[in-house]
Amino acid sequence: MRIFFVLMNFKSTYITKATPIEPLVVFRIGFGVLMLISIIRFWYNGWIEKLYIEPSFFFSYYGFEWVKPLGEHTYWLFIICGVTSVMITLGLQYRLAIITFFLSFTYIELMDKTTYLNHYYFISILSFILIFLPLNKAFSIDSYFSKKTYKKIPVWTINSIKLLISIVYFYAGIAKVNSDWLGKAMPLKIWLPSKYDLPLIGDSLMQQEWFHYAMSWSGMLYDIAIPFLLLYRKTRVLGFAFVVIFHVFTHVLFPIGMFPYIMIVSALIFFSPGFHKKIISFLRSVFKSNTNRFTIGEYYRIRRGRLTLGIVGCFFVLQLLMPFRYIAYPGELFWTEEGYRFSWRVMLMEKMGYANFKIVDGKTGKRFYVNNSDFLTAFQEKQMSFQPDFILEYAHYLGDHFSSQGHKNVEVYVECFVALNGRLSVPYIDPEVDLYKEKESFKPKTWILPFKDEIKGL
Amino acid sequence: MIKKFSIFLLIALVIACSSDDNSNGGGSGDNFDRSAMLTNWADNIIIPAFQSFSNDLTALETATTNFTGTVDQTNLNALRTAWFNAYRGWQSVELFNIGMAESTNYYFNMNTYPSNATEIESNVTNGGYDLSQINSYDAQGFPGIDYLLHGLGATDNEILDKFSIDSNAAGYRTYLTDLVTRMTTLTQDILNDWTGSYRDTFVNSSGNTATSSVNKLVNDFIFYYEKGLRANKIGIPAGVFSSNTLPDNVEAFYRKDISKTLTLDGLHAVEDFFNGKHFNSSVTGESMKSYLDYLNTIKDGENLSVLITNQFNSAESQIGLLTDDYIDQINTNNNKMLEAYDQLQLAVVLIKVDMLQAFNISVDFVDADGD
Repeated sequence: MRIFFVLMNFKSTYITKATPIEPLVVFRIGFGVLMLISIIRFWYNGWIEKLYIEPSFFFSYYGFEWVKPLGEHTYWLFIICGVTSVMITLGLQYRLAIITFFLSFTYIELMDKTTYLNHYYFISILSFILIFLPLNKAFSIDSYFSKKTYKKIPVWTINSIKLLISIVYFYAGIAKVNSDWLGKAMPLKIWLPSKYDLPLIGDSLMQQEWFHYAMSWSGMLYDIAIPFLLLYRKTRVLGFAFVVIFHVFTHVLFPIGMFPYIMIVSALIFFSPGFHKKIISFLRSVFKSNTNRFTIGEYYRIRRGRLTLGIVGCFFVLQLLMPFRYIAYPGELFWTEEGYRFSWRVMLMEKMGYANFKIVDGKTGKRFYVNNSDFLTAFQEKQMSFQPDFILEYAHYLGDHFSSQGHKNVEVYVECFVALNGRLSVPYIDPEVDLYKEKESFKPKTWILPFKDEIKGL
Repeated sequence: MIKKFSIFLLIALVIACSSDDNSNGGGSGDNFDRSAMLTNWADNIIIPAFQSFSNDLTALETATTNFTGTVDQTNLNALRTAWFNAYRGWQSVELFNIGMAESTNYYFNMNTYPSNATEIESNVTNGGYDLSQINSYDAQGFPGIDYLLHGLGATDNEILDKFSIDSNAAGYRTYLTDLVTRMTTLTQDILNDWTGSYRDTFVNSSGNTATSSVNKLVNDFIFYYEKGLRANKIGIPAGVFSSNTLPDNVEAFYRKDISKTLTLDGLHAVEDFFNGKHFNSSVTGESMKSYLDYLNTIKDGENLSVLITNQFNSAESQIGLLTDDYIDQINTNNNKMLEAYDQLQLAVVLIKVDMLQAFNISVDFVDADGD
């Protein structure tokens, strides 16, 4: 009985309680604007051409081999993404816009896993969640046309965004609880000294071992603590200050593009409705918008509420479990990378490899080596050379290529060396295994040679 | 709560900091001086190497003038010697593919092999050629002259005839002169650039960006080692990248007996540059080796510079077992070539993976975001 009341209490406090809609509206505008800037920046830097049109081969995610760049039409994907970002900002045909944005953005990310970044994944799943939230029910073109605006929405809509952001930080934090990060200050000990050209701190702080440890430990504590600091009213401002300082600092140190700004703006969702109301009333005064002739709804009831909540609930259960799927695999996660992606393991490794592929005629024993730059861009070769699923996919591509060129009994072997977090490079893939015969699957890859060291941690 | 957390953070910081007190790494202020390394590279290695090479080419030019003036065996021998000396000098500068050398595609013009005999013959016969065309790379440079001096006939007399009594004799003499002049001009321009403004530009660009001098030259170093040395000189002719051996692809194909000497010269240039050894001297300065040693005082890992040096030495002794004439070596016992290749290959992993990881320099200009 008591549990029942606790549950009911939880439900009314965190799910059904009515709360002002303004935080969602501010989030919608911030998200839309940042996405538009991201798309323009990507285009302006020439990355569409460089990453999706110039390469002749693309690395696919398992099960998504059908997702490929569309040649010159790839630009349309980015145009769609950009246009829907504007529609999201304005709240114009919101539902259609956010669904289209989610699909086009995710398609772009699936085209080549060479470019995988945790923050692109974050944008993909965030935009998925936003499909189910009523971000356009106030201060939007949709509400202008329908002459209807709402004051309140159920609190779970805001909480689901908070939860997603909290998961990102918290999981990124616990992933840092490992012996390389905390015990050896790796990989910061490699990365920070190379920032010698920063003004003031470059040739002083960045070269100090104590500073590498301090950054490792405080980075871990920061990631774990941030969700709680932001959730708790009294520490919220301090937490937000940390968010700004930390992200600006990482932006100075590392080439992480728009990610710091996205996280800073997203963190605003944790502030009180009053704060967001001020932003909206400021925007209303700028755009001379008023709701005089609008029907004002007190509370927006989510249509098919149970179904929606069910979908969002399943989504979060999946999100909470996904990062732990590595437990199902033998061997060191950082080494095999089986279950590494989609888990908020951000900037944890300095890993480099060298993969030299050998094409052998199984009957005659004649063999020759492949020049990787004939098939891959420098970026693709770099990413391929230390990730087993890339190596396997590329081996098959090579096997198919040389078979179609008339080579007989093609077998594909690789001599691959990988260095992880400052350890000396060692053989990575069994050079005796014909990779052309191995199939991609979710099963452990037996041809990855075991890691000779140990990394303790979560 | 705020106070508690701040105190917690402070304690964490103090613990993290004090854990360093009993280690000896990363002492305060003894940062590695990259400007000193760049200065050493420019003033003591690159510019002297180009100056010496430029002198070699001047000698080659003189010998060419003498030969085209009086076509005889003595002048041919002198010309061949001058060509050989300059070819050896070239091995000391090929890896510095930076600045004007990079923008003028210098090394393609100087040493693209195998040379294209058909195109050379057609140029000689028809005239009106433009050596600055991309598709003329294999009709000029050292390999082009190699063909003219050693490949025009089976005997020296036949070769001398081509330059004296052949119906195209004047054409051959002009073409030879044009090739030598072009090499001299290209080299002189680059040397002038280095001794002019480029030296300061190079030395002052000491940051860690894709276009800074350290990053570019380290990338050039690795590229030369992998391509110019390992693949071109040994790997490709030994059939590492093809189903069959390709003896026609050896360096100095027509001269034959100097391929090994040129390989060793190239490897020595690599070793000397790695060690920061002054050109034509035994003095050393700041280098990739000393940079690695500095970083190792922070990282406290394996002694990478020693591993690299040892691997270069193994490669050198394996190459030492080859005969001077690679065509002969490939046709009689190609395994020796493959063994030399394997030793060169092992160092690729060390410099391309371990050294680059230590320097934290990207392999190429990958300017996309990371996370």
